[in-house]
Amino acid sequence: MSVIYLLITISIFVAIAFFIAFVIAVKSGQYDDDYTPSVRMLFDDELAKKETRTPEVANSIQKIETEE
Amino acid sequence: MDTQNCFHCGLDIVAEAEIVFDEKTFCCNGCKTVYEIFSLNDLTCYYDFEKSPGATPQDIKGKYDFLDNESIVSKLLEFQEDTTAIVSLSIPHIHCSSCIWILENLQRLQKGISSSQVNFPEKKVRIIYNSSQVSLSTIVYLLSSIGYEPYISLENYETAKQNIDRSLTYKVGVAFFCFGNIMLLSFPEYFEVKEFWLDSYKPFFRWLIFALSLPSFLYSGSGYYVSAYKSIKSKMLNIDVPIALGIIVMFSRSVADIVFDYGSGFFDSLTGLIFFMLLGKMFQIKTYSFLSFERDFKSYFPVAVTRINADTSEESVPVYDIQKGDRLLIRNQELIPVDGILISEKAAIDYSFVTGEAIPINKNSGDKVFAGGKQIGEIIEMEVLFSVSQSYLTQLWSNAVFQKKVEQRHKSITDTISRYFTAVLLFVAFTAFSYWVFIDVNEAFNVFTAILIVACPCALALTAPFTLGNILRIIGKQKFYLKNAMVIEQLAKVDTIVFDKTGTITTNKKSNISYEGKSLSEPNLILIKSILRASNHPLSRMLYDFLPEMGKVKINDFEEITGKGIQAEVEGHFIKIGSEEFCTSSLSVSSTPPSEKVGERTSVHIQIDGEYYGKYVFKNQYREGLEQLFKSLNAKYQIKVLSGDNAGEKAALEALLPAGTELIFNQKPEQKLEFIKQLQDSGKNVMMVGDGLNDAGALAQSNVGISISENVNVFSPACDAILEASQFQKLDYFLKLSKKAMRVIKMSFALSLLYNIVGLTFAITGNLQPLVAAIIMPLSTITIVSFVTLMSNYYARKLE
Repeated sequence: MSVIYLLITISIFVAIAFFIAFVIAVKSGQYDDDYTPSVRMLFDDELAKKETRTPEVANSIQKIETEE
Repeated sequence: MDTQNCFHCGLDIVAEAEIVFDEKTFCCNGCKTVYEIFSLNDLTCYYDFEKSPGATPQDIKGKYDFLDNESIVSKLLEFQEDTTAIVSLSIPHIHCSSCIWILENLQRLQKGISSSQVNFPEKKVRIIYNSSQVSLSTIVYLLSSIGYEPYISLENYETAKQNIDRSLTYKVGVAFFCFGNIMLLSFPEYFEVKEFWLDSYKPFFRWLIFALSLPSFLYSGSGYYVSAYKSIKSKMLNIDVPIALGIIVMFSRSVADIVFDYGSGFFDSLTGLIFFMLLGKMFQIKTYSFLSFERDFKSYFPVAVTRINADTSEESVPVYDIQKGDRLLIRNQELIPVDGILISEKAAIDYSFVTGEAIPINKNSGDKVFAGGKQIGEIIEMEVLFSVSQSYLTQLWSNAVFQKKVEQRHKSITDTISRYFTAVLLFVAFTAFSYWVFIDVNEAFNVFTAILIVACPCALALTAPFTLGNILRIIGKQKFYLKNAMVIEQLAKVDTIVFDKTGTITTNKKSNISYEGKSLSEPNLILIKSILRASNHPLSRMLYDFLPEMGKVKINDFEEITGKGIQAEVEGHFIKIGSEEFCTSSLSVSSTPPSEKVGERTSVHIQIDGEYYGKYVFKNQYREGLEQLFKSLNAKYQIKVLSGDNAGEKAALEALLPAGTELIFNQKPEQKLEFIKQLQDSGKNVMMVGDGLNDAGALAQSNVGISISENVNVFSPACDAILEASQFQKLDYFLKLSKKAMRVIKMSFALSLLYNIVGLTFAITGNLQPLVAAIIMPLSTITIVSFVTLMSNYYARKLE
């Protein structure tokens, strides 16, 4: 019977946890600039690819592809 | 691939100047160099995100020498400890995703930069670097060399750091948290299931809801209590009084309900109300982070200038440290920060920041030069007469107008209506109370609180924020940027419009040069341009910029005759460029040009091999659509034109403007301010449209100050709104739209009053159940919000 107390308490705690996450997000300035991150997100892949594919890696990738 | 445009900056390429590098075409060496830097560092991705995103790097030799001065640098830095330093630089050129990408990869171009982050809406880049490996001046030079020259002004010098107010975001978050959870927990009560299981948990749910409502009631709603208290104290009832009253009554009644077990209370409506109203507040605030409406002379002035010490050594000193009697060195394109006496033989000073006048003024040794001018041409020396704050221009800011808080001057339409609303509401509540008191004392209290709850002007309070917020966005898209929503109400009230002349109704773009006379062949143009290249006279420079890019030829026997013109021999032709007298002397009578009719126009005459060809005329060009605009405005508004210039253009203006337009010339900045004040004293609502710093006083004094700007990113004095110059002819549309916005608000007020009447009938008869309140409240909110959004969009489209 008293399980309802437990469940509701848990649900409130979950809600509070999300609320705290929100406050931390605001405090760290995530809501100050809502445009740049959306663009930045798309860059990371581009850069990583460039960095990892040094000429040697690129060559070996090509080799593997041609062998197949 | 399109060969017509530069691969880097996208400008048209002139065939002769085309540079091909790495199979790509560039318009100039500067663009090519930037491409080279990028390709060397494997950063050509820059060109993938956006087509030709770059800007041609400008020559900045010596401009940032002051960054070698440690004490100046430390004032500009946001943070500095040991070797780690952080600096925020504002870069006007930031405009696309390529810009973000390159600026966030600066560490690959320069050792010592550890990371950089772009804030796109604010057009700023925040760079973290190691100050032992790289200096700020190196970073600034690097940025400039890739076409991203930062804008550093005196403003940066004082406030390196600013706190952002995030309280509204927190409040909305808290309100939504409470609202959402309470709604969920209220569900059992809505269905009123008469079940033992639910019934036995009622107190638990109710007290939980009570606990959840506390943060919303105490924190999120706090702004309304403060505002209501202030408004009562100043004896001016604003809309926040009935709102605060409603919230408090709602809360107390709900607490009483659950304590005495009368019912579930109105906590759901209460938190919903607070959430929606805060949402409206948030919607109304549309900030253009990259613009600043609070600018004064500090945003124009440099951080430091070069001082010549007694031992002739040069030194960068902060502008505030300049003393009377100091000798300063001003380079090409540098701003003169203080009033002084010119020591060098001659100077050409461009006062376009101050007056909007683009044609530079010539000064000779011993002449007074005023702060705010820009030197064009060679390096000059000057002696300081006044310190920065005592200079002619900067003194304007000591006027009382600049100390006043704007918000206190105006009363909004919502406040005006709520004054009556509050009175009527209290009257109804007390009448109903005194009626019920004779029937049932308990019920009387119920009715009394129910009235205050249901009449809480939620819809009324939402009308204006959503209408004005929406209009703000609509006109923001059309490049008319308002400081806040209040400006729309002020726009609607305007009855007198005062225009500044130079730079406002005339454009200060350089293309307003026209040629009159015998047509010049292309070889002749090449000759003229080649000679102009050698001259530093401001008019020569402007004409040089105006003539299309062409080949160069070698010139001989170049001579510049002060006050007359220039002459030279090129490829066997003898060419004279200069004043009329200079070019028409030694001419045979037959080829004498028709003499000038209007003496006010500035012109440059051309003579080739003893034959007079014609003249280039520098005109004050009026903005496009000006005549049409004035015609339509004249029907509804009183129009006046103020000018700092002499009356030279009076005849031309009178022909252009509708009859009866008042024209006033020779106005100093203080006189402009005074003029606006006098108009206001005679009961007018004045809108001032200006551009230069000399209008700053008038803009601040007027009810609505609109600043016209050719480039909204950089220059505009403090004002209520910034209008991009290309949209000037739309001014009439914006004014009309603001009036329609007020109409929409009034219509929607009527609608929300209707809801109030329906709610009140429930309340007065003593039938207001929590469920009824929970339905009426969101319903009215949604209808009002959608009504005003649709209507304001409809008017915006219809008027166009």
